[in-house]
Amino acid sequence: MNTGRGIGQDSLSIPEKLRLISWPLLLLVTLTACVGFASLYSAAGGHMAPWASKQAVRFIFGLCGLVAVALIDIRFWMKMSYPLYALGILLLVYVDIRGHIGMGAQRWISLGFLELQPSEVVKITTVMALARCFHAATPEDVKNPVFLLWPLFLVALPAGLVAIQPDLGTALTIAIVAGGIFFLAGVPYWMFGTVIALGLAALPVLWHFMHGYQKKRILVFMHPELDPLGAGYHIMQSKIALGSGGVFGKGFLHGSQSHLDFLPEKQTDFIFTLFAEEWGLVGGLTLMGLFMSIIAYGYFIALNCQSQYARLLGLGVIVNFFVYIFINIGMVMGLLPVVGVPLPLVSYGGTAMLSVLFGFGLLMSAHVHRDVKFTRRGLDPA
Amino acid sequence: MNRDMDRQKEFSRRAMMLGGGKVLLFGTLALRLGWLEIAEHGKYQMLSNENSIGIRLLPARRGVIMDRFGAPLAVNKPDFRAVIVPEQADNVAATIARFSRLIPLSDEEIADILADVRRHRRFAPVLVKENLSWEDMAKVEVNLPDLSGVSVEQGEMRSYPLGRDAAHVIGYVGRVSKAEMTNDPAMTLPGFRIGKTGIEKQYDKILRGTVGEVQDEVNVVGREIRELKRTEGTPGKRLTLTLDSDLQMQSHGFLTKHRSAAVVVMDVHNGDVYALASHPSYDPNVFSAGIPADLWESLLSDPASPLTDKATAGQYPPGSTFKIVTALAGLESGKITAATHINCPGYYKLGRSVFHCWKHAGHGNIDVVAAIRESCDVFFYETAQRTGIDAIAKMARRMGLGQRLDFDLPDVASGLIPTKAWKERRTGRPWEKGETLIAGIGQGYVLATPLQLATMASRVANGGYAVFPTLLRAIGETEKTPPPPARIGLDPAHIALVRKGMEEVVNDPRGTAYDVRITTPPYSMAGKTGTAQVRRTTAKMRAEHISVFKLPWKFRDHALFVGYGPVHKPAYAAAAIVEHGIEGDYSAAPIVRDVLLAAMKRDPRLIRTVDEAEHDSDKKEKGGT
Repeated sequence: MNTGRGIGQDSLSIPEKLRLISWPLLLLVTLTACVGFASLYSAAGGHMAPWASKQAVRFIFGLCGLVAVALIDIRFWMKMSYPLYALGILLLVYVDIRGHIGMGAQRWISLGFLELQPSEVVKITTVMALARCFHAATPEDVKNPVFLLWPLFLVALPAGLVAIQPDLGTALTIAIVAGGIFFLAGVPYWMFGTVIALGLAALPVLWHFMHGYQKKRILVFMHPELDPLGAGYHIMQSKIALGSGGVFGKGFLHGSQSHLDFLPEKQTDFIFTLFAEEWGLVGGLTLMGLFMSIIAYGYFIALNCQSQYARLLGLGVIVNFFVYIFINIGMVMGLLPVVGVPLPLVSYGGTAMLSVLFGFGLLMSAHVHRDVKFTRRGLDPA
Repeated sequence: MNRDMDRQKEFSRRAMMLGGGKVLLFGTLALRLGWLEIAEHGKYQMLSNENSIGIRLLPARRGVIMDRFGAPLAVNKPDFRAVIVPEQADNVAATIARFSRLIPLSDEEIADILADVRRHRRFAPVLVKENLSWEDMAKVEVNLPDLSGVSVEQGEMRSYPLGRDAAHVIGYVGRVSKAEMTNDPAMTLPGFRIGKTGIEKQYDKILRGTVGEVQDEVNVVGREIRELKRTEGTPGKRLTLTLDSDLQMQSHGFLTKHRSAAVVVMDVHNGDVYALASHPSYDPNVFSAGIPADLWESLLSDPASPLTDKATAGQYPPGSTFKIVTALAGLESGKITAATHINCPGYYKLGRSVFHCWKHAGHGNIDVVAAIRESCDVFFYETAQRTGIDAIAKMARRMGLGQRLDFDLPDVASGLIPTKAWKERRTGRPWEKGETLIAGIGQGYVLATPLQLATMASRVANGGYAVFPTLLRAIGETEKTPPPPARIGLDPAHIALVRKGMEEVVNDPRGTAYDVRITTPPYSMAGKTGTAQVRRTTAKMRAEHISVFKLPWKFRDHALFVGYGPVHKPAYAAAAIVEHGIEGDYSAAPIVRDVLLAAMKRDPRLIRTVDEAEHDSDKKEKGGT
């Protein structure tokens, strides 16, 4: 296990670290982002403004950030896991309280160049905190329900704060991603079985406590014809756009559904629809192929990490990435209810882009520092 | 260390399971995408086009209707209308309320406008008020600043120069009712009108033309982005009728002194209908603008039924005019001949029943010509008795009765000619001999329309050709060329006998219509009177000699007359009915005389004969002196 580079990897120089960065992964990420730029260009009717240019600038910044994050030692990130998690929670509390005291239900904090959405931030910081928590756990710990109370609390806090914004969709995705990390950390299968069974049993109760519009969304998802001009309308129009695209699509800049404004939110949640309308099945499958490649790459990286923290963090980032892709594409194709979830790397949106790239930075850092070993408690080599 | 190895192994195993799950889920997405974009592509392609292609209609001009000389019967005249574009109005209801203060709108109209506004897209103009006078238009124009969204547009309104004189022939147009809805896109045009009766209804499809269509790419709110395709419509075709509008006006004029009457004049050789009028009438110009409810109610409840075209849809017992058929049936079957004389004592006994002749004193021993001339009932009782109902019915059909004539109007009645089989089928009881007698003089079950009676008269006048009445002369530039009428197959000698009788009805002092003869040579006519009993004459009335004039109007008999002229070279035939007009010669005969005389005077072919006649008489006078 202890190869020559094992301990003392901190001594790696910057050029060496740069060499260790997985450039093919960056290329795949950049290609995916370019699909986004093209789609945003089309969404604006063949103009860089207002979306494509901004998004490109953000991406370049984010890419630099990614590399910077990657160059920082993974042990530093482990040390920062809880503080960053706490920062994310504070931001969430801030917007929740601000919304509560009557400044409107804004879910973001304006930073001038960016509208920071704390819910996007906590997606990543929660993954970090969970990885940190499970890194320190023994295999016995993860089988101990009492021990699991702490990571459960780590999930429940941000998920709950997001849910009261109210953004049930994002809260649910945070929970699902966390479930993935629990699974990877070795939590016994029977516990998952129990939770799922309890969850199903609790559905009627949950239904009872849901908001009217949330109930409606679910009803409309199951029967879109109930509301052809309301919530079901968006999904119907999205399906029309996808279906009318056919195998080769209507051609770049020729998506009639998108350009004539039949498609709602075409630059954000429904950007996959816009892309697949113009590029058809071929384009849609290509984009999904890019996503799959990135995910496969993430697996490759995570499985090759020597520390549990790096492995959990890396795959946590990937699971988060996957869950967003799946929910978004599933939603626009009418497989899942309408939840406001963006398509990572492609949808217009600053915080989402930066948080995804930050996540990939962490993944890359895990890759660069893959052979770094540390104790269960922290930073010292075993 | 081992523990960490175990942990890594466990992690790898679980990562692989999770990865497998992701592959499955991605596979689901890919399959779903494939399903939408391949299997359901056609369906969604269509929906996408429906979404993004907006269709705007270009109205087609309605074809005009002309008379035989090119005089207008139905035309389109420019009409100014106020429309409102909801998108441009601050508050549609308030604007309409302000408009209503300038030009009063009924609550009903306002409700209709607001309903239209809700139905149409916000940028589509909705009709507020049509047919604005110059004064109203000026009022609107001046107040436009206060009427946001309102504008004045020019449209077209149907106009009928002959008004009520030709209402039953030309008909009128009106708003499309639910029952009239078809898939013609024109139906959806605001203010679109469809033919409701008459020629307007019968040839509505030809007059309507086809609407043009502009396909626009529209965005989600329906605003046009660019034009994709334009198909020009075709205007409706012009119709030329056989009608002579001057004669039509005169004919209607002759009816107006009666409470309820109808007349038809036609060419005996080719069936061209020169005039067809029914009285009372209505003003189709009011109808095409939209019928006020109270007017409609009063027209519907009028016992003289102004909305019905009595010339084609009115069915009456033909009375003595039917004796023409009975005579021909008897002659053709050989049951009577020119030499047959029948004694009329004023009544006819059949078993225990007694049938009366209108002339109580009787006509004595008379032949067929005299029987027609004096309209002897007994002669035709005997003839009918000898001939039998089925042979009479067969002859009636050959003369154009008892069938729905293939005529150019929508509302054409078939009349009724009974047969033994008909009665058994209808009532389940056998035909009675007495019924043959009654039918022989055009009473009982027998029913005919004035149009059928004019057809019958034409077929006698033209020497036995199966001519059919027609109103349509040309569609656009294409003349209608009906095949020359076929021979009915009657012995010319028999027709000559009937014509001799009809000539004497009018021109012999013993004839039943001698008083209404044409006294201006060389014009002349022949005819046959008829009275249709509305109520059976009771023994009491006969005994007390109650005058029909003392009966209430609705119980009085109908008066009928059929005729043709000139006598020797017939050109026109006519039939008239005066409802509850008592006796043919009192009311119906003068109408036919006046109409035939007017028709003959207008006929250039006959004017030449007049000249010749005058020339001839000049020579005679010279010869005499």
